[in-house]
Amino acid sequence: MKKNKKKMTPKAFLKRYLRVMVSGAVLLFIFGVAIFAPLIATHDPYESNIYNMNQLPSAEHYFGTDVFGRDIFSRVVYGSRVSLAITLTVTTVAIIIGTCLGLICGYYKWADRILMRILEGFNALPGILLSITLITILGNGVDKLIIAMVLVRLPSIARLVRQQVLSLKEKEFVECARACGASDLRIIFKHILPQCTSPLIIRFTSGLGGAILSQASLAFLGVGMDPRIPNWGGIINEGRAMVMAMPYQCAYAGVAIMITTLAFSILGDGVRDILDPKLR
Amino acid sequence: MSEKQVLVEAKHIRKWFPIKKWFFEKQAYVKAVDDVTLSLYRGETLGIVGESGCGKSTMARTLLRLIEPTDGEIIYDGMDLCAMKGKELRKLRSRMQIVFQDPYSSLNPRMKIGEIISEPMIISGIKKNQAECMERVYELLDMVGLDPTYVDRYPHEFSGGQRQRIVIARALATNPELLICDEPVSALDVSVRAQVLNLLEELQEKLSLTYMFISHDLSVVEHLCDRVAIMYLGQLMELGTVDQIYDNPSHPYTQALLSAIPKVGQHDSTGRILLEGDIPSPANPPSGCRFRTRCRFATEACATTPQTNEIEPGHFVSCRLMYEK
Repeated sequence: MKKNKKKMTPKAFLKRYLRVMVSGAVLLFIFGVAIFAPLIATHDPYESNIYNMNQLPSAEHYFGTDVFGRDIFSRVVYGSRVSLAITLTVTTVAIIIGTCLGLICGYYKWADRILMRILEGFNALPGILLSITLITILGNGVDKLIIAMVLVRLPSIARLVRQQVLSLKEKEFVECARACGASDLRIIFKHILPQCTSPLIIRFTSGLGGAILSQASLAFLGVGMDPRIPNWGGIINEGRAMVMAMPYQCAYAGVAIMITTLAFSILGDGVRDILDPKLR
Repeated sequence: MSEKQVLVEAKHIRKWFPIKKWFFEKQAYVKAVDDVTLSLYRGETLGIVGESGCGKSTMARTLLRLIEPTDGEIIYDGMDLCAMKGKELRKLRSRMQIVFQDPYSSLNPRMKIGEIISEPMIISGIKKNQAECMERVYELLDMVGLDPTYVDRYPHEFSGGQRQRIVIARALATNPELLICDEPVSALDVSVRAQVLNLLEELQEKLSLTYMFISHDLSVVEHLCDRVAIMYLGQLMELGTVDQIYDNPSHPYTQALLSAIPKVGQHDSTGRILLEGDIPSPANPPSGCRFRTRCRFATEACATTPQTNEIEPGHFVSCRLMYEK
């Protein structure tokens, strides 16, 4: 396989990796903004100034100011930190726990009966509604927001892995390993899990886009997080009051969300296309 | 083989798979293996012949306890295999190995050949890590006729025949006594088939292995095996040495099977016994003799379960005709 890559013509290489490279570059830029937020932001994102509220974009305030007189540019820049951090944490934790659950469900029939029923119960409610319900039960806070978002994502990941395991379990190399006396743990981690990595990578990259959207939706609805912490969904929510007179207050954060989600989705698609032909 | 030493003894093995049912229905079963008794002697090759779906593979897997038998006893070298639990059983697994039909799905596509072959040794604790295994891996690869430099390659780089050799190398890694070959050559090209069969024969001689050779290819079985068991619908129809079965087929099913072997120079189908109808469903097999729905000689008396008779030393037949002559 390595030989093939080297022999690939530049055109074929570009065709194959263009999407991943472009979306990756965009995401790299966004992550760079998040990491170097203190250097990029022009103002303190928390500092409100009554005399300065609802200003139009200017050289002083690139994106203008909001109802509290806070600099929107700085808030959008700082907002990327919270939004991306929550998105990454939620997706990573959900993938790890979901994979474990899926492995257990797929491998052990008794666990399947119990766990999958519970997870399917989660699926009965729409994701956002379930998150709101969970946050209402758990209380406010970033940690609880993350727990709620992870729980909502578990069933689909667990089901994805479970299906893989169910088909892999019947493969003869698994039976061979069992005939050699391999323990269940060894079979699961050495023979089954490595075959699941491609769908999981795809699920991870495409899941990031969804997570950033639902985090923004929850923040827009004012659920789960202290609204003073700058984050993209919250910024849109704050601009909502003035949306008729000054739609740009919402627009900047909205565009940021859109670009990030799009980049994640395209990255996910690109990764899927690269991994898929090798799969079968 | 003057003194026969029993390695594996299966007594009244049953494997019934439950069929999914509605809760008010009576539980039905697919009787994949139904009351099979046979023993495997040390150093011999026992062929198991039968149509597809007659329970050959299920029986092989049951004998290794890869699937739990519903009923019956398996004695391996004096030990009761069915009574064994977790660790004890896993320890014994290094002494018996299986080669499956499909060499393409028998190898983990994400593991290198070296890792694949050394895995059984690491699992059984003979060797501690990959590095310790390498010497033995080279030896095994050489033994099955592959270049030892292949250790760093992945399974998809090999052809079917080469893969089956790798599978055999893995099966032999822990020096087993028993090797169950579940149609090891049916997925291979005809040209490669003979090579793999010869390899198996060679290895048996060199390592004094005991084979259980499952096949539906009668000529292969005749060439390779010492004794043959004929299976039909989960039951043994006839069991005997190759000479007894091929020269004196006594069960009507065996006769029909053997008459179907194509012969060189024979262009018409004279002497061929054509079986009518299909093999009945193992979920609902005929009462009494399983074969009676397709048997030329079937009478009403066949509706009672036939006894198994030893018509000559070591030659067992379960057919009414054999004792009601």
